[in-house]
Amino acid sequence: MFKIVKREEMSEGTVVLNEIEAPLIARKAKPGQFVIIKATEDGERIPLTMAETDPEKGTITIIYMVVGKSTALFKTLQVGDCYQDVIGPLGKPTHLEKVGTVVCVGGGTGVAVLHPITRALKEVGNRVICIIGARSKDLLILEDKMRDASHELHVCTDDGSYGHHGFVTDVLKEVLAKEEIKLAVAIGPVPMMKFVSLITKEKEVKTIVSLNPIMVDGTGMCGGCRVSIGGKNKFACVDGPEFDGHQVDYDELMQRLQAYCEDEKACHDGFCKIRS
Amino acid sequence: MSNQPEKTAKKKSMPRAAMPEQAPEVRRRNFEEVPLGYTKEMAIQEASRCLQCKKPACVEGCPVSVDIPGFIKLIKEGDFTGSIRNLWTKNALPAVCGRVCPQEIQCEGQCILAKKGEPVAIGNLERFAADYERAHGTGVLPPKSEPTGKKVAVVGSGPSSLTVAGDLIVKGHAVTVLEAFHKPGGVLVYGIPEFRLPKEIVAQEINFLERLGAEVQCNAVVGRTVSIDELFEDGYDAVYLGVGAGLPRFLNVPGENLIGILSANEYLTRANLMKAYLFPKVDTPIPHGKNVVVLGAGNVAMDSARTAMRLGAESVKIVYRRSREEMPARTAEIHHAEEEGIEMFLLTAPTRFTGNDKGRLTGMECLQMELGEPDDSGRRRPVPKEGSEFHMDCDLAIIAVGSGANPLLTQSTPDLKLNQWGYIMADLETGKTSKKGVWAGGDIVTGAATVILAMGAGRKAADSMHDYLTWGW
Ligand SMILES: Cc1cc2nc3c(=O)[nH]c(=O)nc-3n(C[C@H](O)[C@H](O)[C@H](O)COP(=O)(O)OP(=O)(O)OC[C@H]3O[C@@H](n4cnc5c(N)ncnc54)[C@H](O)[C@@H]3O)c2cc1C
Ligand SMILES: Cc1cc2nc3c(=O)[nH]c(=O)nc-3n(C[C@H](O)[C@H](O)[C@H](O)COP(=O)(O)OP(=O)(O)OC[C@H]3O[C@@H](n4cnc5c(N)ncnc54)[C@H](O)[C@@H]3O)c2cc1C
Ligand code: SF4
Ligand code: FES
Repeated sequence: MFKIVKREEMSEGTVVLNEIEAPLIARKAKPGQFVIIKATEDGERIPLTMAETDPEKGTITIIYMVVGKSTALFKTLQVGDCYQDVIGPLGKPTHLEKVGTVVCVGGGTGVAVLHPITRALKEVGNRVICIIGARSKDLLILEDKMRDASHELHVCTDDGSYGHHGFVTDVLKEVLAKEEIKLAVAIGPVPMMKFVSLITKEKEVKTIVSLNPIMVDGTGMCGGCRVSIGGKNKFACVDGPEFDGHQVDYDELMQRLQAYCEDEKACHDGFCKIRS
Repeated sequence: MSNQPEKTAKKKSMPRAAMPEQAPEVRRRNFEEVPLGYTKEMAIQEASRCLQCKKPACVEGCPVSVDIPGFIKLIKEGDFTGSIRNLWTKNALPAVCGRVCPQEIQCEGQCILAKKGEPVAIGNLERFAADYERAHGTGVLPPKSEPTGKKVAVVGSGPSSLTVAGDLIVKGHAVTVLEAFHKPGGVLVYGIPEFRLPKEIVAQEINFLERLGAEVQCNAVVGRTVSIDELFEDGYDAVYLGVGAGLPRFLNVPGENLIGILSANEYLTRANLMKAYLFPKVDTPIPHGKNVVVLGAGNVAMDSARTAMRLGAESVKIVYRRSREEMPARTAEIHHAEEEGIEMFLLTAPTRFTGNDKGRLTGMECLQMELGEPDDSGRRRPVPKEGSEFHMDCDLAIIAVGSGANPLLTQSTPDLKLNQWGYIMADLETGKTSKKGVWAGGDIVTGAATVILAMGAGRKAADSMHDYLTWGW
C-alpha cells in the first residue's frame, strides 16, 4: 500500500498533485521516468510521470489531469488514503547533457512532466528558456516552479487572460529567431508536440518529446504502447517515453489514443452517476 | 500369473473415463472452467485401467519423472491423500499440470495402452488428486529444516520461480519472491484463461508458499526498481531468474498499428490479469470484436480465440500458415476450440492489414500457402501459392505468433551472458549462469516452452542453489 502524504488541487480542480510514500522508487527515480499506478483491486494501471522525488523522505510526487474514470477515482483519494499499487521507476531517464541554450516547451499537464527535466537541464549547466501555456490563466500550473527552474520564462494563454495571447508555438518561433538553440524539449498534448517538432525541424534544432500512448504493463511485455519512430515500431514504456520529435508519427499516436474512447466514456459516465 | 494377458486385454477394452465438461454451446459464452473434474468413482474406475507396468513408459515421457503408476495405484486404493503426497515429491503444482501439460506428447503419449487404444487419463487423474486435496486436505504444511540464515531472491513468480521458492523454503532458506506485476503467478495468471486454469488454484499455491514463510513482493521490476547487484548488496546470498519470455512478436506487415490489432500478451493480460471481461464493473477495457482473427496456432492462439468467443464475437478464425499437423497447441485445446465454433483457416498467411479513416482495423489481405521443403525446425516450410490473394473482413486481430526474450532485466545486467536470441545462458543441469550467485531457468533460458519444463528447470536450480548455499559456488 502506498500512502498519500500530501494532496493539492490546481487548475480549478482539474489537476491534482499527490505526494506518495514509495521509498524504493524514490531511491532510484531519475528525471523523465514514470510510474504505473493502480488505486484499487479492480482498478486500471495508469502511467503517470514523476514530477518530483524525495529520496530522503522516500516519496514521489505525481500531478495528473482528471480526464476519465481512473483519474476521477484518484481524485477522490485524500491524505492518508492509499494507492494499492505503484510500480516503477519505468522508462528511460532523460539524457542530460550540457549543450548550451535549451528551450523547454510545455502545455497543459505536460508542464508537470517538463518541470523535473527543465530543472535537471539547468543543473547540468545549460541556459534554459521555458515557454509554458494553458487555455486560460486559471488552468495554468507550476508557474513559480518553472520560473525557478529556468533562466527565462514565457507564459501563454489561448484566451489571452494572462501572459502572451496565443499558442506556445508563436513564442517558440520568436525565441528560435533570436537565440541559438541547441536543443528543444516539448511535452504536452500530442498536437502541440507535433507542431513544435514541425517548427524546430525547419531550423534543424534537435527536439525531444515525451509520448503518452496507452499502456498496460510498462515493462515491454504487451506491445500496446507501440509508436512509430522513423518508420520503426518502438515500445514507449521501455524504449521511451522520450523520443526524437522529428521521427514520431503523431497522427498514428493520436488515433491510437482513441482506441477505447467510447468504452471509457461509458465507464466514466457510470462512475460520475454513482457519485452524484 | 497365468491370467495376466487376459487381464491386460480386459483393461485395454475398458473405455477411458470421459471427463465431464460444460457443453460447448453453453461454455463458449462464459468464463467458467470447461472440464468439471472426475468424481471419486470415475477416478477410481480410471485408475484401475492402469496396468502398473514394471518399466513404466509414461514415466519416461514425463519431464520431471512423476511416479505415475505409484500415484495412480493410491487413487485406485482410495488413498487420495497418499496419492497427492506421492505427486508432490516430484511436482509442486499438480493441479496446474493436470490441466495444462501436453500429456498427449508426454506421459499419455508413451502409455502402453495408447498403442492399441486410449491411454490412461494421467492428466485427469493428477488433477483429481490435487483437487481432492484442495477440497478435503488438512492443509498441514510439510516439515521445514532449521533456518540456515541464508537469503534467496527469486525473480518472477511463474511456475519455475514458484518451484524454486517452494524447494528452498523447506530447506530452511529465507525466500523473497520479486514480481513485476501487481499479482503473482506469471503466465498462470496473466496468460492462461480462467476457463482453462481457475485463478483460485494459482492463488492457493501462492498462499501455500506464503504460509511456508516465503515473502512475495509484487510491483518489483528487477532491473528498474532494484538491480541484481543491489539485491546482493541488500544481503541476498543467491538469486534465481525466472522472468519468462515476455516479449511479444508481431508480424511486421503493413497496417499492424491499426486500432484493433493487439498482441496476444496484451489481449490476454487485459482479459485475465485485469479481468477486463467484467468491464465496466472493473476499470480496464478490452476490445470486443465481431469478426475476430487470431494469427498463430499454439496454446496462446487457442486461448485468445476462445476468449474472443466468450466476449461475444460472431465469428472467430484461427489463421495459420502451416497445416493442422504442425499446430503446436495441445490436442485437447484444438478440440475444445473447434467444438466452440472456432474456424480454422490453415495454410493462410496475412500480408497486410487494412483500416478506415479513423485508423481502425477493417480487414486483412491474405495469401494461400502450400507446404514445401522442411526448414530448420524440421517442419515443412509454407510457401505462397501464386495468385491466391484474398481478403478477409475483421475488426479485431490478435497476434499470437510467439514471444521472445524481454531485454528489460538482462540489459541492466551486462555481466549476464546471453545467447544470440537474448535468452540467458544457463547450465541445463544446474541452472547456473555466467554470473556468480545467479541461476536462471524456465522460458527465459529455453524460449517459450511449457509449464512442466519451467518447473523441472526450477527444481534442478533449487538443488544447485542449496548446494551453493551449503558448500559454496
Ligand atoms: C508515460 C506516460 C506518462 C504520463 N504522465 C502523465 C502525467 O504526468 N500527468 C497526466 O495527467 N497524465 C499523464 N499521462 C496520461 C495518463 O496516463 C492518462 O491521462 C490516464 O491514463 C487517463 O486515464 P482515465 O481512466 O482517467 O481516463 P480515460 O477515460 O480512461 O482515458 C482518457 C484518455 O487517456 C488515455 N488513456 C487511457 N488509458 C490509458 C492508459 N492505461 N495508459 C495511457 N493512456 C491512457 C486515452 O487516450 C484515453 O482516451 C501519461 C501517460 C503516459 C503513457
Ligand atoms: C496464453 C498462454 C497459454 C499457455 N498454455 C500452456 C499450456 O497449456 N501448457 C503448458 O505447459 N504451457 C503453456 N504455456 C507456456 C507456459 O505458461 C510457460 O512456458 C511457463 O509459464 C513459463 O514459466 P516461467 O516460470 O519461465 O515464466 P512465466 O510464467 O512467464 O513467469 C515469469 C514472471 O516473471 C515476471 N517478470 C518478468 N520480468 C521481470 C522482472 N524484471 N522483475 C520481476 N519480475 C519479472 C513476469 O511478470 C512473470 O510473472 C502457455 C503460455 C501462454 C502465454
Ligand atoms: S506432470 Fe505432466 S507429463 Fe508428468 S505425469 Fe503429470 S501430466 Fe504427465
Ligand atoms: S506498456 Fe506494455 S509494452 Fe509498453
